[in-house]
Amino acid sequence: MHLTKEEREMLEGRRGEGVQKAMEILTALGDIYNANKFIPIKSAQVSGVSYKNLGDAGLEFLCEWADKGIKIKTPATLNPSGIDLSNWKDIGFPKKFVDKQLKIIDAFRRMGIRTECTCTPYLILMGNKPNFGDHIAWSESSAVSYANSIIGARTNRESGISALSSAITGLTPEYGYHLDENRKADFVINVKTRLNKISDFGALGYVVGKKIGNNVPFFKGIKNASSDQLKSLCASMAASGAVALYHIEDITPEAKRGIIKRDAQEIVIEDEDIKEGYKALNSTVKEIDLVAIGCPHASLEEIESIANILDGKKVKSALWITTSRGVKEMAEKTSLLKRIEESGGVIVSDTCMVVAPIEELGFKSMATNSGKAAFYVPSHCGLSVRFGSLERCICAAVNGVWEDD
Amino acid sequence: MVCGKMIRIELNGRVIKKGRAVGEALKSDEPISFFGCIDKKTGVITEKGHDLEGKSVKGKILVFPNGKGSTVGSYSLYILKKNNVAPRAIINKDCEPIIAVGAIISEIPCVDKVDISKIKNGDRIIINNGKVVVERI
Repeated sequence: MHLTKEEREMLEGRRGEGVQKAMEILTALGDIYNANKFIPIKSAQVSGVSYKNLGDAGLEFLCEWADKGIKIKTPATLNPSGIDLSNWKDIGFPKKFVDKQLKIIDAFRRMGIRTECTCTPYLILMGNKPNFGDHIAWSESSAVSYANSIIGARTNRESGISALSSAITGLTPEYGYHLDENRKADFVINVKTRLNKISDFGALGYVVGKKIGNNVPFFKGIKNASSDQLKSLCASMAASGAVALYHIEDITPEAKRGIIKRDAQEIVIEDEDIKEGYKALNSTVKEIDLVAIGCPHASLEEIESIANILDGKKVKSALWITTSRGVKEMAEKTSLLKRIEESGGVIVSDTCMVVAPIEELGFKSMATNSGKAAFYVPSHCGLSVRFGSLERCICAAVNGVWEDD
Repeated sequence: MVCGKMIRIELNGRVIKKGRAVGEALKSDEPISFFGCIDKKTGVITEKGHDLEGKSVKGKILVFPNGKGSTVGSYSLYILKKNNVAPRAIINKDCEPIIAVGAIISEIPCVDKVDISKIKNGDRIIINNGKVVVERI
């Protein structure tokens, strides 16, 4: 790594202990990944927020950094926490967990980080939305993929600590997806089936992620896709694989001539593959305790779809729509919140079904239209999961049972 | 190089976290996860079937090829240090970000790109930044 005079001073501790520690981390990462230099970043997004993932080790570490007076320099937002920060009591989160979680949030706040806890900071007004070509340091895997693929910003898959270090220094080592040559596609994914629903994109992402690991795919044959469908694809492909960037012909901003590597392999995806994806993400559970929509965090459009499908009907199982505080506020203004609540559903903000301690809330089974949630929840939370379209999930919420075709 | 009965080998590596340390080598040929695979109170490796299962990393110069597992492992290393059961230093073949970040935040000297095939369990190791001296009687 070639360091400028100022960067060397930061590393030597002349800009304070926090900056020094952050620079040590970033320099080591730069060395490991053969970066030549640092580049400035426009924003950071810090994961590792839920107490469920961090445990006491992470909590102590973050509190110690906050106690030392370490402050961030570049604007940053947080990933979902383990609780709804304002509504935790009503939802019934365990008090012990809440206390620990609030300490973590307070540590981040003291470091100067905005405590919007969301995996979709690009969806909210005054949120955290980079522009095409911006260098950023984000760590939530689906948000990394959305920023790279759909927005055309540039970030590696950072860890919580490296993103925090970048927020403190305003810098990231230049390697990986910051460089043009690493943004080219290693695989061409020829999609020969029609994808209609958000869950179809989740199933596709699951299948492709399994096949290609951490490579960059270029999709052909997807005629159109909504922002919500794309974020679902981002999330599941980053969960089953480690895809941080993808291109879709005629849809994503970098899907232009020359973006496919000459030796790219082709993979064909047909109806059968999507069906296999659905099958792999489904258990055989019938009774549904919880229907959880919003992984990644739901947009206002998704909440509207849910309200329309519910159409005043009351739910038998619990219905959670997980989203950001910003989107929840918009739902409140547009009376969507009222419509959801009248049906017995809850709009839960600042957390989600993957990082909340849902297993401690008495839920044993869950239905979702998210490929990512269906992938993680069985192992991470121990629930039996059903995965299907939004319509089918809401139907399960109303009936309390999952109905097969 | 042989000095009397003692074998002394000098190895060079890349500094991940600078520092000096002297201690006994505890070596594994397998990757190590500090998250979920080690007891945070005792430093004993608990991963079933791991070649260091049942051994404590406390005060040792821990030698292993690379890290693995959840990124939360960086914090786990930090908590080992807080509980005074962390390794005294870490030597890797190829250090990856979980171990690198963990070593830095925990102030544990760490060096990689070292030919760890030259190190055996029980060797006395002296680390001085990127220099690693192995002594065997």
